[in-house]
Amino acid sequence: MSRAPLTATPTTWLGLPPLAVGVLFVVLASTYAWLFLHAESEPEVLVLLAVAAVAAVIGGRTGADRALSSAMTRHSGAMNGVIVLSVVAVIFLLGTEHFPLLMLTTVLLYVTAALGLNIQFGYTGMVNFAGAAFFGIGAYTAAVMTAHTSIPPLLILVLGGVMSALIGFILVIPVVRTRGHYSAVVTIAFAVLFKTFLEVNDILGGPQGLMVGSMTILGWDFNNSPVLFGIELSFYVNYALLGATLAVVAFMFTRRLERSWLGLTLDSVRLDETASACFGIGVTRAKVLAFTIGNVMTGIAGTLYGMMVSFVAPTSFTFADSLLLVAIVLLGGMGSPWGTALAAFIVIVLPEKLQIIQEYRFLLFSVLVIAMLLFRPDGLLPRKVRDYVPGWRADT
Amino acid sequence: MTDPVLEIVGLSKTFGGVTALDALSMSVRRGEIVGLIGPNGSGKTTSFNAVTGIFPPSDGTVRFDGTDITGLSPQKVYAAGIARTFQRSRLCLPLSIFDNIMVGNHGRLSKGLWFNLVRRRAFRREFERCHAQTRALVGTFSASLADRMFEPVGALPMIERRRIEICRALISQPKLLLLDEPSAGMTHDETTQLMDDILDVRQRLEGLSIIIIEHEMGVIERITDHCVVLNYGRKICEGTFAHIAADPEVQQAYLGAE
Repeated sequence: MSRAPLTATPTTWLGLPPLAVGVLFVVLASTYAWLFLHAESEPEVLVLLAVAAVAAVIGGRTGADRALSSAMTRHSGAMNGVIVLSVVAVIFLLGTEHFPLLMLTTVLLYVTAALGLNIQFGYTGMVNFAGAAFFGIGAYTAAVMTAHTSIPPLLILVLGGVMSALIGFILVIPVVRTRGHYSAVVTIAFAVLFKTFLEVNDILGGPQGLMVGSMTILGWDFNNSPVLFGIELSFYVNYALLGATLAVVAFMFTRRLERSWLGLTLDSVRLDETASACFGIGVTRAKVLAFTIGNVMTGIAGTLYGMMVSFVAPTSFTFADSLLLVAIVLLGGMGSPWGTALAAFIVIVLPEKLQIIQEYRFLLFSVLVIAMLLFRPDGLLPRKVRDYVPGWRADT
Repeated sequence: MTDPVLEIVGLSKTFGGVTALDALSMSVRRGEIVGLIGPNGSGKTTSFNAVTGIFPPSDGTVRFDGTDITGLSPQKVYAAGIARTFQRSRLCLPLSIFDNIMVGNHGRLSKGLWFNLVRRRAFRREFERCHAQTRALVGTFSASLADRMFEPVGALPMIERRRIEICRALISQPKLLLLDEPSAGMTHDETTQLMDDILDVRQRLEGLSIIIIEHEMGVIERITDHCVVLNYGRKICEGTFAHIAADPEVQQAYLGAE
């Protein structure tokens, strides 16, 4: 973790005050994301990647990153508003295009799921290699409930999370009792078990999988295309907006959790269980809490994902997909929500854009994770020292 | 002033066939500093671990402040009012000074989900109160440290880490402080400074009792009211420093028999 210098004078960049730098960055970043999602030819993608690399280097050299983090702490409210607006803007700019919107929504749902994993892994130190299984529990809950019950789909979204947490309780005892590698092995076993269970279970469709009903809110079926100013938009706009809402809520939740005594408790459990116990921290309670919260978030994301793709099968929730989720957390930086968001974008979108990566994506991501752990163990956007109240300074 | 705050009777701990602690009996009075000394492997840290519930004792009783705390979990022992430091500094290195000290304050923080996530104004008030308290406590040890509350502990030198560890133990206002070799890994001058700090803290915190494990005899002589000497898990001598230093069995344990 690097430290966040909270200096008395605001950090400027090229004479611009932090807020201006922040807004400029968000506008540029969302334009970039839009172009990237839009890009169709491989040369186009490669040029965009080169632009990002150059921009990152120049930004780092000229101190734009410091001005940006200054904007995030001093004007957190304004910045969050601008970021949310820009995500919505990107969704509407993509408007009629199915595939980029599907990708964007997938990114947003993976951000939600990976943030859940981040609470387990990044804060509490519980490695969960069954992320895709909990994601899948949500998706299967959606399939079963939309087919056999008339529960409103919005409620099913919540139930998907609850279901994921309930099934997670089966794992709680072995996971909480063991530490480190042993706990990881328990979750690997569960991930493999989950897929095999689905494959042999005829009620859940066996290897063929199940159809999933669509999301409906207040009578508005998400499979309908919204019409805006006479233009018929892709139905994925519905899912993208709800996905963005989930990601924003998950993000706020993670942030507030981190900036509280609970976040401190989880960190303390990760770093030293014995010392934590000697200062009254209920280690088991903290682990159960983190594990459950993480599974709820992953499960909810999976539920909406199932509704969006309208079909679930065991092959979508393999151990390899769990590894992808862990890779997102590691690549972004353990305990760093912004890092998680950035890494989810890279891990989901890049293989879709560069076919060569798609074929070797597990190989490449494995190499990338190893390289990260060797050369930049804190991730792309390393976590900063906890800042309980953004922008707060001692008045002395 | 004379009632014992901690009373240990016949405390034993065996690991398989090895007796790490053999029927230790000792008591600590309110406001007293007791030195626990002995050669390596004589059971000093084991006795701390058995008292604080890291592992349950095999035999014996521990009474603290009038209640039996034998074999309670570390969490309950902490809640009863015993705080400790560790031989191998157990701070959370990537966390800030403030974070580390707040770990020690855990018993008095509001831990509800609703409070922490939703009632952010109330949280902010509690945070500000804790910050002021922590700052005041750290300030008594080192003014420069108090201005660096949000820097990671990993970047600090050993003496500052020890100070933070002691602050972490003191923030909960315990009745008994267990210090496990606070001078380990420090220079002679640093040790002297740290002992000044400890004596200073005792001055200000009326009624705080301390048990200190230490190898530096100069330190023991200077700060303890009385000492307990262990060897092979058994108490071989007890008394003032002058008394134990003159004891032939203690000399033999430390220097070997002729």
